[in-house]
Amino acid sequence: MLHTINKSPFSGDSFDTCIRFLQPGDPVLFIENGVYAVQQGNRFSEALAGVMKNNPVYALRPDLEARGISNLTEGVATVDYDGFVDLVEEHQVNSWL
Amino acid sequence: MENENVKKIMHVLRHAPHGTIYSYEGLEMILIMAAYEQDLSVVFIGDGVYAIKKNQDTAGIGIKGFAKTFMALDGYDVEKLYVDRVSLEERGLSENDLVVDVEVLDSAAIGALMNGQDVIIHH
Repeated sequence: MLHTINKSPFSGDSFDTCIRFLQPGDPVLFIENGVYAVQQGNRFSEALAGVMKNNPVYALRPDLEARGISNLTEGVATVDYDGFVDLVEEHQVNSWL
Repeated sequence: MENENVKKIMHVLRHAPHGTIYSYEGLEMILIMAAYEQDLSVVFIGDGVYAIKKNQDTAGIGIKGFAKTFMALDGYDVEKLYVDRVSLEERGLSENDLVVDVEVLDSAAIGALMNGQDVIIHH
């Protein structure tokens, strides 16, 4: 199951809540304001590193670029819109709005 | 009988009942979808648990309360109601504080249920 998070972790609980329900191997994709979660050295970096022990983590590149985020927490992969579509094709989507 | 037209659909309620429309809209959608005889389940996570808290009296804020409408779900054969244990406990609540019978599950169990769904809709 693909989990998508589109809210900043600083303004809502989507990030903190979502990661409690992940099953091992479930990919997580940050989009829109959700991408603020993957900025290196922020308050969520440690939790994110914990997630990446069992789950692949992606962030949508155009959303990162739009927000000037270039230093990502180590291990976070970036995808473009085609990559987003690939993930959606491969997995059921759980959109943590 | 196994029917391939029946989808497993999970509704996840994550917002408090008043102040935003998410919770009420979620309940409305659940009731509408119940008419289509799908395999529905409802999960209350985070502030979503407040939607089914007992003793809500909305008369003073001038809106219609809907906590008790959750009690009607049983009549629509929506019987799979789950509550996240952490969300309940961190709010100082227990099962006895809720208006409906629910199954309280830990996050791993809810996560496993999520992975078995055809569709998940967050409210």
